Order: sequence, then C-alpha cells, then structure tokens
Amino acid sequence: MNDDYQYDNQTVKGFIVSSIFWGVAGILIGLWISVQLWKPEWNVPPFFTYGRLRVVHTNGLTFGLGVGAIFGISYYIVMRLAKTPLLFPKLARFHLYLFNIAIALAAVSLFAGMNQSLEYAELEWPLDIGVVILWVIFAVNIFGTIIRRKEEQMYISLWYIIATVVAVAILYIVNNLSVPSGLFKSYSVFAGVNSANVQWWYGHNAVGFVFTTPILAMFYYFLPKSTGIPIFSHRLSIISFWSLVFAYLWTGAHHLVYTPLPDWIQTLAIVFTVFLIAPSWGSVVNGFYTAGADWPKAQANYLTKFFILGITFYGLQTVQGPTQGLRVVSQLIHYTDWVPGHVHMGTMGWVTMTVAASIYYVIPKICKTDIYSIGIANTHFYLVLIGQLIFSITMWITGIQQGALSKAVNPDGSLKYAMVEIIAKNYPYWQMRTLGGVIFTIGMLFFIYNIYMTIRKGKALAVSNA
Amino acid sequence: MAGLHEKLHTRPVTFAVLSAVVILIGTIVTMFYPMLTPQMHPKLENLKPYTPLQLAGRDIYQREGCNNCHTQTVRPLKTEVMRYGEYSKAGEFAYDRPFLWGSKRTGPDLARIGGKYPDAWHSMHFEDPRAFFAESNMPSYGFLNKRKLDAGDVVSHMKALGFPYTSDEINALDGKTEMDAIVAYMQVIGIAAAKKPAIAEAARAEDKNPLSGKPEAVAEGKDLYAANCAVCHGSDGEGGIGPDLTDNVWLYKEGDMGDGALHNIIANGTQPGREIEGGKAKGGMPPFGAQMDKNKIWALIAYIRSIHGK
Ligand code: HEC
Ligand code: HEC
Ligand code: HEM
Ligand code: HEM
Repeated sequence: MNDDYQYDNQTVKGFIVSSIFWGVAGILIGLWISVQLWKPEWNVPPFFTYGRLRVVHTNGLTFGLGVGAIFGISYYIVMRLAKTPLLFPKLARFHLYLFNIAIALAAVSLFAGMNQSLEYAELEWPLDIGVVILWVIFAVNIFGTIIRRKEEQMYISLWYIIATVVAVAILYIVNNLSVPSGLFKSYSVFAGVNSANVQWWYGHNAVGFVFTTPILAMFYYFLPKSTGIPIFSHRLSIISFWSLVFAYLWTGAHHLVYTPLPDWIQTLAIVFTVFLIAPSWGSVVNGFYTAGADWPKAQANYLTKFFILGITFYGLQTVQGPTQGLRVVSQLIHYTDWVPGHVHMGTMGWVTMTVAASIYYVIPKICKTDIYSIGIANTHFYLVLIGQLIFSITMWITGIQQGALSKAVNPDGSLKYAMVEIIAKNYPYWQMRTLGGVIFTIGMLFFIYNIYMTIRKGKALAVSNA
Repeated sequence: MAGLHEKLHTRPVTFAVLSAVVILIGTIVTMFYPMLTPQMHPKLENLKPYTPLQLAGRDIYQREGCNNCHTQTVRPLKTEVMRYGEYSKAGEFAYDRPFLWGSKRTGPDLARIGGKYPDAWHSMHFEDPRAFFAESNMPSYGFLNKRKLDAGDVVSHMKALGFPYTSDEINALDGKTEMDAIVAYMQVIGIAAAKKPAIAEAARAEDKNPLSGKPEAVAEGKDLYAANCAVCHGSDGEGGIGPDLTDNVWLYKEGDMGDGALHNIIANGTQPGREIEGGKAKGGMPPFGAQMDKNKIWALIAYIRSIHGK
C-alpha cells in the first residue's frame, strides 16, 4: 500500500521544493524592489528597473511559491482524502517539470519586458497557453483521482480544491483573451472601461482563488490533522463555502472605486464586499473553535500556532478588505502604500504562514521521519511574524499619511504639498519596510534550513533501514 | 440543505458543475452583462486612435511597467482635480487595449500629463529624474535614447489593433528613438477630455505686488524658484526649456509686464494659443496656482524682479 504512494510523494516533494525555490527568488526580488524605492541607484536599466522587477516579484510569489505549493499540497491532500494514489502519476511528474519550465520562462520574459500590463495576468500569450495546460493537467489528475476515490464522502478541503480549479479556469482564460502580434506581444480583446472591469473581476478573484480557497483547503485539512481535533462545525463550513464562492465574483469593482466605471457596478461590488466578511469569518470561527475545543491538546502541537495565527491574519484581512472597499475609506487609502500593507498581511501572514505549516506537516510524513527541529520552527515563526508586522504597520502609517497630505489644503484653498514633498516623507517608512523584509527573509531561511535538514534526515534513515 | 449537501459531496462532477454555476452568476451580472451594453464602450467624439509613434510609446510604457508606479485616472475628488486636472471620463479610453489605470501611485497620476510640459522637459526628466527632483525614486530611462524604433514591429502592432495609419507616418519613424516614442505618448495622454483649466484671473492686471522689494519675500521666492522653476528657467533665470526671465522680453514682447499679468501666468500657466498680454502663448509653462497660495506667487515675482537684468 505504502509503495503505491512512494512515487507520487516524490512528485509532491518536488513541487514543495520548487515552490520554496521560487519563493526565495521572489522574496529576494521583493527585498530588492523595496530598496529601489528609497535608493533608486539600485535600478539597473534596462532589465532590472523597478517597473520590471515588481512584476517578477508578484508573479514569482503568486505563481511560483503560491501555485507551486497549491499543486503539490493539493495532490497530497487529494490522495489522502480519496484514499488512493494519483490516477496519472506520470502525468503529475510531467506537470512538475512543466511547471518549473513555465515559471523559469515567465521570469525571463518579465525581465525582458514582455508584459500585458494586467495585474497577476502579466504573462504574454504563449505562456498563458502554458499556464492553461498546467491547470488542465492538474484538473484531470485531481478530478480523476477524486472520482476513483475509495472514501465516499468528499471532505471540505476537496470542495475548496474543486472550486479553485473551476474558478481559475474561467478567470484566467477570459482575462487573457488577446490578439497576438508576433510571439512576444499581444493586445487585449477588451478595451478601456470594459477592460478595467474584466481585469479586476479577474484580479480580485486571483486573490480569491489562489490566495484564499486553496489555502483554506490546506487549513481545513492540516489543522485537524496536526492537532488531532476534528473540525468544529461541518454545517458552518458548508454555509461558508457556498456563500464565499458565490459572493467573491461580484466584488472585483471595489478595486475601481471612483474610476469612470459605471457607478452601479461599483456599488454592487461594495455591497457584496461587505457581505464577504460573513463567509470569511465562517472559516475563522470554525478554526478558532476547532483549536479551542481542546486547547491544551492543540497547544501541544508546534504547528497549531502557525495555523491559528494564519487564520487570525486571514480574519483581519477579511475585515480590512471590506473596509477598504467602502467609498469613504477608498478615497483616502486607494493608490497609497496602505494597500501593500494590506497585501503583505495576507501574503506573508496568512498565505506563507499556512503554506509553511502545511509543508512542515507534509515533508516529515513523506520522508518518514520527524521534523528536524521544533526550536528552529519556532524561531522561524517569530521572525516572520515580526517581519510581517513591521512591513504592514509601517505601510499603513505612511499610506494614511500619503492620503492625508495629498488632500491637505492651505487656508486659501490651494494644495499644501507638492507630490514630490509627499514622496520625500515616505523614505523612512520605506527603509523600515526593508528592515521588516530582511527579518522576514531570515525567518524564511530558518524554515528552509529546517526542511532541508528534515529531508536529509529522511534520506539517512532510508539508507540505514535498507 | 445539509441533507442535500450530503448527497452533493458524494458526487464530484455534480459538485463541480454546481460550483461553476454559482461562480458564473456574479460573473454574468457584473462582468458579461455590462459588456453587452453600450455604457461599457463609450467614446469621446474627439478621441483619436494612437498614431504609430504614440503606440510605440505606449508599448514601451507597458514594457517598462510604468503602470507599477503611475496611475492614469483622476478621481472626481476636489483635491485630486486640483492636483492633476479634470477627472477622468469613461469615453477617454476607447482605444486602450488594455486600460492602464494602474493601482498604485508611487509617482504622480499621469492622466493629464499630455501638454503639461514641453517635450524637452520629458526627455531630460527620463534621462535623469533626480536632476529635477532630488528625492524622486523614478528609475532613469536614458537608454531609451540609444534604441531605434523598428518600423516593421510598429506596423504589425497597428494592424493587430486595426488603427489607421499612413505611409508618411511610418516613414517618419525612420531614425526615431524609443525616447521620441515615449515622449509622444506622454503628450497625447488625456488630451481628448482635458478641459481647458478654468482661467481664474488670480490677480487683476493692474495689481501691484504687495511684497515688492521686501528682502524676506525675495529670499522666500528664491527658494521657491529653486524648487519649482529652475528646472526649466535655469538656476539663475538664464533660461533653458523655458525662456530667460532676466531679459526684457516677456512672452515675445519687448518691455515690461505688469505684476498682475505675471501673477496670472504663474498661477494658470500658458496653454498653446491662449491670449496673453503680449500675444498668443506657445505653451509649456505649467500652472502653479493649485500648489501655491497668492503670497508665494508674489514672493516669486519679487524674486524675479530682483534678478532682472542680471
Ligand atoms: C519607482 C516608481 C516609478 C517608475 C517605475 C516610473 N516612475 Fe515616473 N515618476 C515617479 C515619481 C516618484 C515621480 C515624481 C518625481 C519626478 O518627477 O521625478 C515620477 C514622475 C514622472 C513624470 C512627471 C509627472 C508630473 O506630472 O510631473 C512622468 C511624465 C513620468 N514619471 C513618467 C514615467 C514613465 C513613462 C515611466 C516608465 C518608463 C515611469 N515614469 C516610471 C516614479 C516612477
Ligand atoms: C516645465 C518647464 C517650466 C517650469 C517648471 C516653469 N516654467 Fe515658466 N515657462 C515655461 C515655458 C515653456 C514658458 C514659455 C511659455 C509660452 O511661450 O507660452 C514659460 C514662461 C514663463 C514666464 C513668462 C516669461 C517670459 O520671459 O516670457 C514666466 C514669468 C515664468 N514662466 C515663470 C515661471 C515660474 C515663476 C516658475 C516656477 C514657479 C516657472 N515658470 C516654472 C516653462 C516652465
Ligand atoms: C473578504 C476578503 C477581502 C476583501 C473584501 C479585500 C478587499 C480588497 C480591496 C478593496 C482592495 C483594493 C485596495 C485599493 O487598491 O484601494 C484589496 C487589495 C488587495 N488584496 Fe484584499 N481583500 C480581502 C482579502 C484578501 C486576502 C485574503 C488577500 C490575500 C493575500 C488579499 C490580497 C490583496 C491583494 C494582493 C491586493 C492588491 C491588488 C492590487 O492592487 O494589485 N486580500 N483587497
Ligand atoms: C521580504 C519579503 C517581501 C518584501 C520586501 C516585499 C516587497 C514588496 C514591495 C516593495 C512591493 C511593491 C509595493 C508598492 O507597489 O509600493 C510588493 C508588492 C507585492 N508583493 Fe511583496 N514583498 C515581500 C514578500 C511577499 C510575499 C511572500 C508575497 C506573496 C506570497 C508577496 C506578494 C506581493 C504582491 C501580490 C504584491 C503586489 C501588491 C499590489 O499590487 O498592491 N510579497 N512587495
């Protein structure tokens, strides 16, 4: 029985290692661009200017770290919940190779400036086709395995994985529709206001179906697994699943508040945005009560704090997000550094935290050993936490300052600050953000070292057992 | 409902189909349906498709990821309109595939940049933004000067978009650099809807400078001048992108110009063709009225008078 999984486990491990690799690359570029903002000499034209690197950062982490981990860990979860190995093991291995080739080409193409200028859909059309193929392979294997499952009921995590696959397919294909002009350039089939609406329908749901639903799948699977406590409420998870999946798609226009997009679309989006608090908090409450059901037991496991803090940041994120969508708040913080503060609480505090904890769970299982060091994992935890808090808090402060200063007027009604004066005031905060980033990165290095040593330990064990 | 769901999660295919339906409802109402209505495809009457040179510039804008620091949409908020100009209209973007509104203002909004500065300002600024504003974090784009446009590419891009062009326009690309293209693109952004700024006569022509000759005012004016004007008029008023401010020629006319008239030029800037004392303006002088109160402008005038003839 165990041997059936051996090959697939190696594929899962391959995805995890690749995701960590691209994650480190993306994070280092994040540090680089964070320095460029206060030290423009760090721009190296033409390939390494801020305008090009920022896209490598966002894509590297969303698709390299995020999607890589999602592919690998979803395979792991699906096999366990279906109680059967993957239906197409070789295809999954091919998937892994193709994934790495695609990410490498994506990075090169973005350095070279091939860019559709659609946030989170920057890749040019040949790579878009590659991305679609990757998701199709994933879908075939996931659905095939689920259909052939040996366990009748599909657990919550499978719902989220299925919804992810379905949503990403629709979103990605529609938003990338374009007219190519040569291999390296294309123009969107959508124009103007309409293209803005399509893009943010996509953009918000990229966050929804890459940084939310698959991460929730991990959360719902690994929290009960690592604590040994079953999920608090099945009924609550049903309600929050369907209402989340339903409501997310209405909200894209909260990214376009006060733009020329027709008002009714903005207002409708804002209403659903506020509603989204409910299904999001359904999962938060479910998580808290699960761990709370037997706190001493939950606390005994070192991973619980990762999951609980992760879901707490998710909870904060999903209150902050809807607040940002309101017109009175948007007019102040939209376009400012407040938004990167929001983004990184989600990506560092919720996504990376939950993914790292899931990897801590999966890798020892696959390597048939224990984690190398809980002490190092704890150090990792506190460093990324501190790093992230510094990042988000400094950006919230300077974001509000930017918003307020650009509105400030003199007694006679003229503007008080020129744009350049406002920019100059950001420098100390941008420098502190880099400091936060460095601390976060050191934390991640502890994580990687721990995983590396665990894999080594597993190999040594395997040799001595043979 | 729970009972129904029990059945549902033993049936993965039904589950997937149902998720797709649920996902499509919001998608149809907020995205597909509007697309079928004319309100999503407005076009201002005087909006023109990009010329080959402008399109080449727009491609460079996309390639360099300028949209990561610059937005291209002015919100209808009072101070924002003061800072950047007329708020954005839906009909301005009909030829933008895709839109380039952006989501982050690390630098200023560019929706009304067209016509704000002379071409020479832009190319000098692209080469070295910090020569203009010591605290700018915009990358330097001097390398655009060294790269020639490839007319073949531009033609194929024009064709993909179905924009009209003439062979003269294509021939004119010969020898043009990427810098020429990006500057041409800057100059066309937002001009179709840019209202002529309401020329509020900030001062009457016969007004006299109340701060005239006061040493503190001259000193303040000197600082303001160094921060805002020197990039175009030279560090000592000797001229550059903008005219010499120490000579006796004021907007092409020999002889003195009244304090009130000077005040109006600084507050409102000059737009091409605008009637100003002295003739029709050629344009290129940006307005400063939104960022400077009256006394600052009087201080500047006191300073300009102090360097006259030097
Ligand atoms: C790192 C962020 C950043 C990037 C990338 C960037 N800029 Fe800027 N830009 C700024 C900042 C900050 C300013 C304000 C200070 C200044 O004028 O240098 C500015 C100013 C400008 C201005 C003058 C605006 C005005 O109203 O005075 C123009 C025009 C401009 N940028 C165009 C571009 C173009 C075109 C690109 C891409 C080739 C670009 N910028 C890339 C940050 C950036
Ligand atoms: C972007 C470049 C630029 C900046 C910055 C600029 N100017 Fe000008 N200025 C011009 C140009 C170009 C003209 C000529 C306008 C025309 O012909 O319509 C001009 C004309 C003038 C004139 C009319 C002078 C004459 O000799 O004809 C005055 C006075 C003046 N500017 C003052 C100022 C002051 C004061 C500031 C700073 C607050 C300033 N300018 C900033 C470009 C600039
Ligand atoms: C209920 C949940 C959420 C809501 C309603 C929400 C709302 C918003 C809003 C309104 C903005 C736009 C801010 C602006 O530009 O003015 C935004 C930006 C963003 N949010 Fe959230 N958010 C939510 C959860 C999350 C989560 C969990 C993440 C995970 C990482 C996240 C990641 C992002 C990102 C990456 C952006 C930046 C988009 C861009 O401009 O490129 N959000 N969010
Ligand atoms: C050392 C850690 C990191 C640093 C220093 C860093 C730095 C930055 C900077 C400087 C920006 C641009 C902000 C701006 O436009 O002003 C940015 C944007 C972004 N980063 Fe990071 N980052 C880090 C980690 C991460 C991680 C781990 C993720 C995802 C898993 C991530 C995802 C994003 C996204 C999605 C954006 C786009 C936000 C937007 O459009 O508003 N970052 N980051």
